[in-house]
Amino acid sequence: MEHKKVHEPLLRMAKRGEMLPPWKAWGIRVIAFLLSLIVSGLVIIAVSGLNPAAVFATMARGAVGTNKSMWVTIRDAMTLLCIAVGLAPAFKMRFWNIGAEGQILVGAIASAACMIYLNKLPTFLLLLIMALTSLIAGGIWGLFPGLFKARWNTNETLFTLMMNYLAIRLTAFFVAKWENPFGSNSVGIINPNTHAGWLPNMLSKGWNGDYAWNVVIVLAVTVAMYLYMNKSKQGFEISVIGDSVNTARYAGIRVNRAYVRTIIISGAICGLAGFVAVSGASHSISTSTAGGRGFTAIIVAWLAQFNSVVMVIFSFLLVFLQKGAQAIASSYNLSKDVSEIITGIILFFLLGSEFFVNYTVHFRGKKVAK
Amino acid sequence: MEPVKNAIRMENITKRFGSVVANNGINLELHEGEILSLLGENGSGKTTLMNMLSGIYYPDEGQIYVHDKPVTIASPKDAFDNGIGMIHQHFKLVDVFTATENIVLGLEEEGRLDLKKAGQKVKEICEKYGFDIQPNQKIYDMSVSQKQTVEIVKVLYRGADILILDEPTAVLTPQETDKLFAIMRNMQRDGKSLIIITHKLHEVLDVSDRVAILRKGEYIGDVATKDANQQSLTDMMVGRSVSLNIDRPLPVNPTPRLVLEHVTAYDELGVKRLDDVSFTANSGEILGIAGVAGSGQKELLESIAGLYPVKEGKILYYDPDVDYAETDESGQPKHRPLSLVGMDPMDIRKAGIAMSFVPEDRLGMGLVGTMGMTGNMMLRSWRKGKGVFVDTKGPEELANRIWKELEVVTPSTKFPVRRMSGGNVQKVLVGREIAQEPAVLMTAYAVRGLDINTSYTIYNLLTEQKMKGRAVVYVGEDLDVLLELCDRIVVLCGGQVSGVVDGRTITKEEVGLLMTQHRKEGAE
Repeated sequence: MEHKKVHEPLLRMAKRGEMLPPWKAWGIRVIAFLLSLIVSGLVIIAVSGLNPAAVFATMARGAVGTNKSMWVTIRDAMTLLCIAVGLAPAFKMRFWNIGAEGQILVGAIASAACMIYLNKLPTFLLLLIMALTSLIAGGIWGLFPGLFKARWNTNETLFTLMMNYLAIRLTAFFVAKWENPFGSNSVGIINPNTHAGWLPNMLSKGWNGDYAWNVVIVLAVTVAMYLYMNKSKQGFEISVIGDSVNTARYAGIRVNRAYVRTIIISGAICGLAGFVAVSGASHSISTSTAGGRGFTAIIVAWLAQFNSVVMVIFSFLLVFLQKGAQAIASSYNLSKDVSEIITGIILFFLLGSEFFVNYTVHFRGKKVAK
Repeated sequence: MEPVKNAIRMENITKRFGSVVANNGINLELHEGEILSLLGENGSGKTTLMNMLSGIYYPDEGQIYVHDKPVTIASPKDAFDNGIGMIHQHFKLVDVFTATENIVLGLEEEGRLDLKKAGQKVKEICEKYGFDIQPNQKIYDMSVSQKQTVEIVKVLYRGADILILDEPTAVLTPQETDKLFAIMRNMQRDGKSLIIITHKLHEVLDVSDRVAILRKGEYIGDVATKDANQQSLTDMMVGRSVSLNIDRPLPVNPTPRLVLEHVTAYDELGVKRLDDVSFTANSGEILGIAGVAGSGQKELLESIAGLYPVKEGKILYYDPDVDYAETDESGQPKHRPLSLVGMDPMDIRKAGIAMSFVPEDRLGMGLVGTMGMTGNMMLRSWRKGKGVFVDTKGPEELANRIWKELEVVTPSTKFPVRRMSGGNVQKVLVGREIAQEPAVLMTAYAVRGLDINTSYTIYNLLTEQKMKGRAVVYVGEDLDVLLELCDRIVVLCGGQVSGVVDGRTITKEEVGLLMTQHRKEGAE
């Protein structure tokens, strides 16, 4: 009789029985990050023959090497954080808001419009009106997909995505309308002399405090969102709906109302990010004011598992990678693709590490530890 | 006597999930040509053990032998290659395909697909064992028991000579169960070896030759069925002597609490799910709802709870604190019962009606899987208190109380309930609903997934609620329990009420008949 060889599969995954303590879970994530740096290093050697340590050093210098570059990194991280904080309630509710790009743009349009038409108002009042109008504009951009979802159960992913194109065309229209100087096909810096509607320098002249207000505003929103999501009744509703719509209905939660309310909040904060981007950074508006950050912020929100405080870390990480990537692209004359590959590798490892937080792997032959 | 040959021998099988040991060093034998009952409470590791035979899990330790040859079963295909077929509790069929199409689906045969030939072979199998299905019938046209039959034919078609049936009777009426058992005996006569997983004792005694008992992942032992009775099996299953009696005091002063009149409801596809349902649930009484799975039990409870749209009819609620006999000057009744139709759960709560509901789908409707016990207590109280922030103190206390009183096994009140075992999840849900001090308490399969001891705890809790003057609606699947626990029983069949009977006098056979008896057509 033929003897059939009995063999065990090489690898088996098994779900962890209990929750890992936080330090272990974070340990796994940090190890994943370090591994991703090693793999990126190998890729750098393979494609360019450069010393990876030098490349990483250049990345760090490019991102935070000078006072100016550090503040730019902080500024961009804050904008990204603001968007991610805005997306968090929607995604936590499993409402796929892909429309942050559009919500940022309409918020930016509202801010720019105030800067152009209300430039005679006192600074504080003008800034307040700008912030409010951008909140409202973003909220309206969220309202439509929310209403349609609640009323006719339309697919919010497609709807919010389409709203992006609408917002881009709308921005193009206003850019043409506000073109300055004529024929430049851009708006240029708004109020270059009076600085009306610019977030003021909080600390002193130069690069020490230009973006301090951005930090204050966005961190305030972040903390508020943290409290809203974790301590408020509406935040509780969002958590329940995100887990199971039927449970939410069972608990007496008015699901449709919560959909509309939450997407308005989500859109409004993304609109506020548009305000921060215009008033606190570019002082101008173009169709690339959002610049894909509405999508990058989705990664930030998910990586942080909708914890707005944790999002601070991931916003900085992503912006750091981006700035560093630009630096190595210019100083080594490498194509930008290389730096994007590095970003991709790091994100791959970070997302992949979540698997190992939830599962263990058994190898053939090894006795399973109790 | 010739020596027994083993169809299957499992040697020292251990399977762990994280720190939970689902099976611990189990040695199990299935003799050729026998029907073996695998008996054990929920969570004792029966299904896990069988899933290792059918290739869904792979054992951490131990060796499986099929016909005394060591084998590796790492996938369902390996299981089929070794002649092992499992009929799962949940059917895996394509609704719009015919029986034959479902049976040949996924088979890798040489050459072109010959449905005609396959249909012929299906027919032969059916005739051989006495199956009642047509090869060309579509699955959506079939009854639950016919669908189950297709699953059985599917594994026979693939040449299985070892069949594992995972709780096959859970969805069947007593009559259909008898038919299934007859078929199982036919297969046995044909030389097949069968394992049936069940926790219904009388079925074990009815159909099997030998019983193997698992308890908490351990193999306890086996007995020949002829040497066993209900009590001895229960004691082996639980590990100590258990009293199998339910105390059923007479209802005290029952008055109508919930009156349903001609309730009719449709699902979103326009299929009638409830058809002219009328009955009364009294205070101080346990009203049982019996019926084959999917006869409208879910829709009925959800309609009352405001979660299912009612098209026609009335659902009236009588407040226990209101005297409906009072009249005004003109002799008209002063108070009218509240109509619940058109209300959502929030409206019902705002109207001051304390209604508790243990839905069938625990994690999909009754609880939030990602939250801990505290968060789940908040589902009932999150709106309480002024201001925008939720109160976590009260729910935390309630969670701690239930944790202790019902002996919920969990590391903390923050541990996600999704990761608790089914029985503990059920305790959290039932505990919370009873803690609401409801006027109406509705439970769907309240003891599903609970061990015998906890089940009896729940029965006692329900009886306690009844004696406190609450109207208890108990949807159950175990007829023996329904007949022992309930004062009156409403029998549902295809969304209609086929009878409202006295739980003290009716027999199981009569209820079984009502479960399949549609009212005469043309009554509408």
